[in-house]
Amino acid sequence: MATPTTRADGPEDTTSQDGRSSGGRGRTLAEKIWDAHVVRHGEGSEPDLLYIDLHLVHEVTSPQAFEGLRLAGRKVRRPDLTIATEDHNVPTIDTHLPIADPVSRTQVDTLRANCEEFGVRLHPMGDTEQGIVHVIGPQLGLTQPGMTVVCGDSHTSTHGAFGAMAFGIGTSEVEHVLATQTLPLRPFKTMAVNVNGELRPGVTAKDIILAVIARIGTGGGQGYVLEYRGSAIESLSMEARMTICNMSIEAGARAGMIAPDETTFRYLHQRPHAPTGAQWDDAVASWRALCTDPDAEFDAEVDIDASTLTPFVTWGTNPGQGLPLSESVPDPELIADETERFAAEKALSYMDLEPGTPLRDIAVDTVFLGSCTNGRIEDLRAAADVLRGHKVADNVQMLVVPGSMRVREVAEAEGLDTVFLEAGAQWRQAGCSMCLGMNPDQLSPGERSASTSNRNFEGRQGKGGRTHLVSPLVAAATAVRGTLASPEDLTE
Amino acid sequence: MEAFTQHTGIGVPLRRSNVDTDQIIPAVYLKRVSRTGFEDGLFAAWRHDETFVLNQEAFRHGSVLVAGPDFGTGSSREHAVWALMNYGFRVVISARFADIFRGNAGKQGLLTAECEQSDVEQIWKILEHEPGTEVAVDLTDMTVRAKDFVTTFTIDDYTRWRLMEGLDDIALTLRHAAEIDTFEGTRPVWKPTTTEADAG
Repeated sequence: MATPTTRADGPEDTTSQDGRSSGGRGRTLAEKIWDAHVVRHGEGSEPDLLYIDLHLVHEVTSPQAFEGLRLAGRKVRRPDLTIATEDHNVPTIDTHLPIADPVSRTQVDTLRANCEEFGVRLHPMGDTEQGIVHVIGPQLGLTQPGMTVVCGDSHTSTHGAFGAMAFGIGTSEVEHVLATQTLPLRPFKTMAVNVNGELRPGVTAKDIILAVIARIGTGGGQGYVLEYRGSAIESLSMEARMTICNMSIEAGARAGMIAPDETTFRYLHQRPHAPTGAQWDDAVASWRALCTDPDAEFDAEVDIDASTLTPFVTWGTNPGQGLPLSESVPDPELIADETERFAAEKALSYMDLEPGTPLRDIAVDTVFLGSCTNGRIEDLRAAADVLRGHKVADNVQMLVVPGSMRVREVAEAEGLDTVFLEAGAQWRQAGCSMCLGMNPDQLSPGERSASTSNRNFEGRQGKGGRTHLVSPLVAAATAVRGTLASPEDLTE
Repeated sequence: MEAFTQHTGIGVPLRRSNVDTDQIIPAVYLKRVSRTGFEDGLFAAWRHDETFVLNQEAFRHGSVLVAGPDFGTGSSREHAVWALMNYGFRVVISARFADIFRGNAGKQGLLTAECEQSDVEQIWKILEHEPGTEVAVDLTDMTVRAKDFVTTFTIDDYTRWRLMEGLDDIALTLRHAAEIDTFEGTRPVWKPTTTEADAG
């Protein structure tokens, strides 16, 4: 595992290229957004107070926060900067029926009552805009460059794809934001993740981020905001960028971000909450300044050559335990670092894998296409393109779960549902689904999945379940072949 | 959060060290949607034991917990603090607290008073000799009194100040409400709101 180069050593050259003493160097994108949101600089060891532009709320981490407001007799300061949806607990079939699990139902009912009482806009099950919280924010045009975005969910980093500072928070902080629209915070360190070169066909954003995490490790980003930069990143669509930023947290980072550009502006233009008319022009002018200055310095940097990447899959029980699909299950005995060797042994035992087994020989029972990582329309299109003219293998079940009801609607308008159903896959309603063992969509003990989600932790998809993280292309090819595969395996 | 200057209540001797937050409240009790009602899960495993201190009538309504060293270790669950406060505790006295527990307690207004272990033992003896004895805790001069025994405790200055002022983090931030108002006045008009009718 390569450690990112840090810039902590050596004297700093404070003279910028044009010869002026910068009196402080240029700023990174993250620093610019931070500075633009400081309500109050902390004195001494006191943290800064940062303004929050958008607060996304869901049913699991909000109930105690609303209860806290109620007990203290406080209101939601800015319900007009707050939006809620139901995603973690919701079933993805029979959604017209009451939720069967009483604990889940109570959490959802509580969110509804809280939103009603505190005047927060809610998109409940059955609503056209309901879906995974990190899918609906961008889809509605609520996530915009330069904003601070928070949610009681670690995958809030997704929104950084727009050049926003977006991060997950705990329940006490949720309450703090509801009450004050601010958070006391200490600045994060910055890390540049430079991804240059041209991606080969069949290699996706998911493969980039899995390779980044395998490279820097699940703790490599701790304390940092990652800024993904370079030609390979610039060539990606907004949805692909969201996939990358989404998994920043799996590298231990608090947030991930990408500087906004024409791709960003095109995506946002005419979204329901995007500015219009003269305000659109003002906004774009402001957004164009949101980039890291040439003379800015990151606290750490890591370089990835995109042209060498191939489809990537995980073999272990953390997102950093991944390899190119063309390789074999690693032999723990060949791992020098003792901690990593022990982790690999433990992982292989849980995953029931033998060292040396080609990854392509691993058979799966379930394929899950969905989640806040890969549940957007482009992900569904990519998978449908692979599935057209093929059938899901007899011994495999494939769940296709759109990230939002809007994604589902668009997919159906394009006939993607027919492609999935004709191939033998299940076409579901929107939600977090099999990404986490909280709703009815779960693996059984010992069951193995290829999943487009973000965490392959022990039991994450259901007690005893075994997860291989993959891209939507690999997921679709795997469903057809029954073993981990890429689309090119289907044409042989 | 209520301001805390002094509190007098029945002292409860908990002769255990390393009381972790899983013991304070097991995971199975974390499913509630409120921050109240967690008293059901407080020391759940031990409360099946008739001899457990909180099952004795004299201590049932205690509000000052006097525990062994390293109280509140393990999981960061804020529910541990909620469970103690929901039950009625306002103060925990111990020779050492786990950092996260102490931080969570400070946010919620539960006083964590750090005494010498020899003083803790002294208080235990008094409470066990005469169950139901009240313990007086004064944050102004940082003293603990049980019967004729008086000693001092320590707590960090910042937390002490926040407790005496009755300020939780939110209340502290709200002291700067004017600065938040000012900041809001400078936000660009094109920044989005979630209001449904404004689409465009």
